[in-house]
Amino acid sequence: MVILDAPPLSAGTPPTTRRRVIRSVSESGDRTFRAITLTGAVVVIGVMLGIGVFLGLKAWPALVVAKFRFLTTQVWEPDDHVFGIGGVLPNTILIALVALAVSIPVSLGLSLFISEIAPKRLQRALILVVDLMAAVPSVVYALWGFNYLQGHTIGVSRFLATWFGWIPIFRVVGPASGNILGSSNAFTASTFIVGLCVSLMVIPIQCSVMREAFSRAPVGEREAAYALGGTRWGMIRTVVLPFGRGGIIGGTMLGLGRALGETITVLLIISPVYRINWHILQTGGNSISALIGALYGDASKFGTSALMAAGAALFILTLGINFVASTIVGRSRAGSARPV
Amino acid sequence: MSVTALGLVPNDEDRSAAPRSTPRKRARSTFIAVNAFDLVGAAVAGFSITILISRLTALSGLIGLFFLAMGLFLVTYTVLVSLREDGVAVRDAVMTVFLACAALVAFGALTLVIVYTIWRGLAALRHINFYDHDLSSAGPTSPLTKGGVAHALVGTLWQVGIALVLSAPLGILTAVYLDQSRSRFSNFVRTVVNAMTALPSILAGLFIYAFWILTLGFQFSGLAAGLALTVMMLPYIVRTSDLVLRLVPTELREASEALGAPRWRTVWHVVLPTARSGLVTSVILGLARGIGEIAPVLLVAGYTTYMNADPLHEPQVSLPLVAFKLVASGIPTYAERGYGAAALLLLLILILFIIARVIGGFGPGHMSARQRRRAQRVSKRYLARIKSSIGPDAAAPGGIQ
Repeated sequence: MVILDAPPLSAGTPPTTRRRVIRSVSESGDRTFRAITLTGAVVVIGVMLGIGVFLGLKAWPALVVAKFRFLTTQVWEPDDHVFGIGGVLPNTILIALVALAVSIPVSLGLSLFISEIAPKRLQRALILVVDLMAAVPSVVYALWGFNYLQGHTIGVSRFLATWFGWIPIFRVVGPASGNILGSSNAFTASTFIVGLCVSLMVIPIQCSVMREAFSRAPVGEREAAYALGGTRWGMIRTVVLPFGRGGIIGGTMLGLGRALGETITVLLIISPVYRINWHILQTGGNSISALIGALYGDASKFGTSALMAAGAALFILTLGINFVASTIVGRSRAGSARPV
Repeated sequence: MSVTALGLVPNDEDRSAAPRSTPRKRARSTFIAVNAFDLVGAAVAGFSITILISRLTALSGLIGLFFLAMGLFLVTYTVLVSLREDGVAVRDAVMTVFLACAALVAFGALTLVIVYTIWRGLAALRHINFYDHDLSSAGPTSPLTKGGVAHALVGTLWQVGIALVLSAPLGILTAVYLDQSRSRFSNFVRTVVNAMTALPSILAGLFIYAFWILTLGFQFSGLAAGLALTVMMLPYIVRTSDLVLRLVPTELREASEALGAPRWRTVWHVVLPTARSGLVTSVILGLARGIGEIAPVLLVAGYTTYMNADPLHEPQVSLPLVAFKLVASGIPTYAERGYGAAALLLLLILILFIIARVIGGFGPGHMSARQRRRAQRVSKRYLARIKSSIGPDAAAPGGIQ
């Protein structure tokens, strides 16, 4: 908006006291164009909000019956009206935490290696490969985890249970505890194995967000660190890592959201239980999405409603995490990271 | 005037003419032989101690031994370097090697996943019937020469095709809206879409199940699966397209508007063509993501071993779903076919990815040689028209001022 109080600069025109009003006149084509794009946006937002609305609507009958016990009950018998995510939700989070415990150091190292250490040509190739890895479908990871990783990880599980069994989460209760020669059955289909497999899926996602943030660390500050006599690691520690903190947190949260929602891997590998199983090395675990995937087929009308309630809980959980993640990334110096 | 002419930087002749104070070229490489000895020595030590430990304790399995060896290698390397260097240099050397190790672990694992899948899938991929038969004729004991996954291929094409037709226009339209509008509503749309990009895919399936099948009463079908994939791919396409459109230079838009073009012409003739390759890439990568998803399809498409080319009625399966079901069945011949389907899926995604890279390798505004020639022809035509309209004076050598 331009308001001219002073007399016009050009000497020829007589001074006017009327204020000039600047208004954009949109022609009919523009109005149509705006209406069409707005319609697209409204449809998209309608679909996105519809997810929450429909999950809520369909979950309502079950939630009315279960009330707040839905959050604490560790049984899933919807037809007897005894059901809840008191066991499944912690197990879901446990899988995600195992995945993050493995994926964070690896993806942090990988992204730092790509952005700081690899020579230029290798760097481009590695970025391409990481992007490709992010596009590998989860079923491929799931099949590999089911048939390959499981067999090769039992040794690690048994080692941890034998030597670190005094740490509560590594304890394996049952016939195999403390017995090196015990059967390996107690270690299959565990939260630990699923978590390892899910971590592989999450690494490329986390890596690309982190790398993007690291690569934006200002050149001036990097060179300042070198000019002060810093080593490369000193430069990374004092310039790159603080600068990319938003990217690290944001990438971690995105990975967490993905790990919480992973369906197929959990469904294929784990042997489902509905109670909390803190012993991550021991057989048995579950996740909300695997619960839905396993039970939707045989569920009664009320059972379906109960599954919808579980889905709504997962929806709220992941949405909350994503909002926090995007806020953190958006507020950081590195700015908003690239899409995942 | 160049910098050299100002005498600020000596050019090559000056430099060669000046007497050299140091006859030898300065070595700038940070890599010296002792580093290599440290690395090799630490690797050998780590490997040996790992074997020792694996004999003494119960640790078995390649994965565990590999990580143990890596940890021991790092410890040994630290000790070796600290014999010669001080604290800061040791930390630098060790962290460099540690980061390289992390990269090695990640790439090793991810390569293993892909190679393993293709290796296991080769047995099934070798037979022609794998591509043009459905599974209905193959019992649990049938050899790999009977039955295939043609029904899943057809299902994947239908479902992904439906998702593409719905999500690409809608996604790009929304991205254009976000690009053009600066209102509270557009901020809201952007926030919601960003949050939805990491929506667990099973919830997309659950939504279509609740809405399309339970509420509207349609049956399990390929269309429902396509809708679920649309819901999943939509936020991704909107978000990436939005970012691509933001890269279109403001100067181009302003030039167009300064010439008096209305908004829609600016978008249609300037913004979208400039961002074309980026938009195509975002759609293809969204497609690559949708093609491999099972969770949404699992809930709404049903499962069948028969060919079903009609996406509107009856269950229809897709490649990832077939791979999952066959391997989960636990029957060896089925599992082989399952890995075949997974390998086929990987190849499809690889092809999509390569196409996306070839198209999207160029930034906004980049033109191929043919496009540039065409643009030049058009410019020449305009120039001729302008010259003829403003008379012979301007057509004199020197052109338009």
